[in-house]
Amino acid sequence: MSEASRAADSGDFSNVGRTRWWRRGFFASQTAYVAAALIAIMIVMSVLSSAFLSPGNLANVAKNFSFVGIVTLGITLVIITGGIDLSVGSTMALSAIACAIVMQKLSGTALDATPLLSMILSLLAGLGVALLVGLANGVLIAKLGLSPFVTTLGMLSVVRGLAYAVTEGRGQAPTGPDVDLFYALTDGTIAGVPVAVIDLLVLAAIIGVVLHQTAFGRHVFALGGNERAAALTGIAVDRVKIAVYVLSSLSAGFAGMLMLGWLGSAPANLATGYELTIIAAAVIGGANLTGGVGGPAGAVIGALLIEVIRNGLVLAGINAYWQIVLVGCIIILAVLVDRVRTLRMTS
Amino acid sequence: MSLLVLEDIGKDFGAIRALSNVDLTIQPGEVVGLMGDNGAGKSTLVKIIAGNFPPSHGRMTFEDHDVHFARPVDARAIGIEVVYQDLALADNLTAAANVFLGRELKRRIGPFAFLDHAAMNRRTGELFRELKSETRPDDLVRAMSGGQRQAVAIARTRLARAKLILMDEPTAAISVRQVAEVLDLIRRLRDAGIAVILISHRMPDVFSVCQRVVVMRRGTKVADKSIDRSSPEEVTALITGAREAA
Repeated sequence: MSEASRAADSGDFSNVGRTRWWRRGFFASQTAYVAAALIAIMIVMSVLSSAFLSPGNLANVAKNFSFVGIVTLGITLVIITGGIDLSVGSTMALSAIACAIVMQKLSGTALDATPLLSMILSLLAGLGVALLVGLANGVLIAKLGLSPFVTTLGMLSVVRGLAYAVTEGRGQAPTGPDVDLFYALTDGTIAGVPVAVIDLLVLAAIIGVVLHQTAFGRHVFALGGNERAAALTGIAVDRVKIAVYVLSSLSAGFAGMLMLGWLGSAPANLATGYELTIIAAAVIGGANLTGGVGGPAGAVIGALLIEVIRNGLVLAGINAYWQIVLVGCIIILAVLVDRVRTLRMTS
Repeated sequence: MSLLVLEDIGKDFGAIRALSNVDLTIQPGEVVGLMGDNGAGKSTLVKIIAGNFPPSHGRMTFEDHDVHFARPVDARAIGIEVVYQDLALADNLTAAANVFLGRELKRRIGPFAFLDHAAMNRRTGELFRELKSETRPDDLVRAMSGGQRQAVAIARTRLARAKLILMDEPTAAISVRQVAEVLDLIRRLRDAGIAVILISHRMPDVFSVCQRVVVMRRGTKVADKSIDRSSPEEVTALITGAREAA
């Protein structure tokens, strides 16, 4: 059926054509392009290297990308509002350290008698630290109107400094009666799938529902689309902003504690520089740094693409330093593709 | 009963008198053109009516009740809506999402409230049909023409059941065909019994949809007369000061 007759069938829209299905929605999004690129790369790699599809390597890739992916989910919320959070890497470290130290301090006290209690308190301590960092970011940015870039850049340094000061540079290992359970919860597997991967997928699903099926999610998008319009319609702009920075920090704290379980210790330099990989993953997955666009599928796919490429370079025996160069090139390429696509759409 | 009555409204910003002794009455369903050069006091007057700031002196009644607005929300609560020049829409959202922004329809499932997309799209479609606008509820605002964007902004005010709509230069930056669309939208609002204050620099627009024209110059009202008994030439003379009053 031709466009014209279809329009006539639908009644009153005589001169407004509808965009064809493959040029709108998910199929026209950067996320879809990157997903296609990801699949192509994975096919090429499995042909070139027999090790790529080995269970050990796949589990490794899955676990590595989960930590980054979880934080990418959180930072995607911030990026959709048009903000940025550079403090996530430092927050991962401080949360992991807080969790380990609280577990150390509680072990040997009367709390040992109650199972689970000291572990729950340590996990809450880790999340609590992240909550405070996010709250500080959010209040400074929303209430005082500071620039997100500068505020979270400052927070990156403050939080990293605290991580070194508190530990005096020594790694902190979790101990106590619940430590085996802690490792099982953070570094174990369920039906052969690493816990971190399951956490990532569950969180992605939750964030997808929140973004597209709740008023809060709609307001997050509205803030990124037109903050003044959002304020004029009576949306509590400050509260939404504070909430996204808190959620970003909490995702970082959560991923930090998963890394603590994976490494068995939280060094003060844990996750240094991760903020760049995380932002890169969000951008590659289709989140737009000018705000208004992004989603959990993009966050997961972006994080996976970076990890797969990095893994490919390792398998190919290429010097680790070149990986950093390549990640940078992928970011620029992803933005370039998006730019070309937008130009074509507007012309 | 008059819808809106302003008596002796004035506004000072420090030593600067932006508005002095303005009287203005708006009847329900009336379309009034508000004209004047830049700095004549149009936007100060509109901001007072919309609740952006209070007047320095004077009295304002809406449906025979004294009103004092501390914030724009107060004005909206009693039925005064503003369509801003830039329309204040979020480009990355659909028409329906913009119409319902900040007052989304929700369905409760247990302790959670989820957006009711179907109901919002349906209601938005009804509003567009009322306005006779060819706009789809689930299209992104980014892809819309100027006239369609106006329809979205006006549909917002219809949703709120506004009684008075202030429109700031709705035809300033759109094509000729879209201007005709917007003027039609204003006529439909009038037919629905909604009063409109149209702030415009475009003489043809004012003379084709308004019943009355109010001219401001240097913070005072210099004319307030029926369109039938005025002419574009006279209004131009009043705006520029070639004629003192009418």
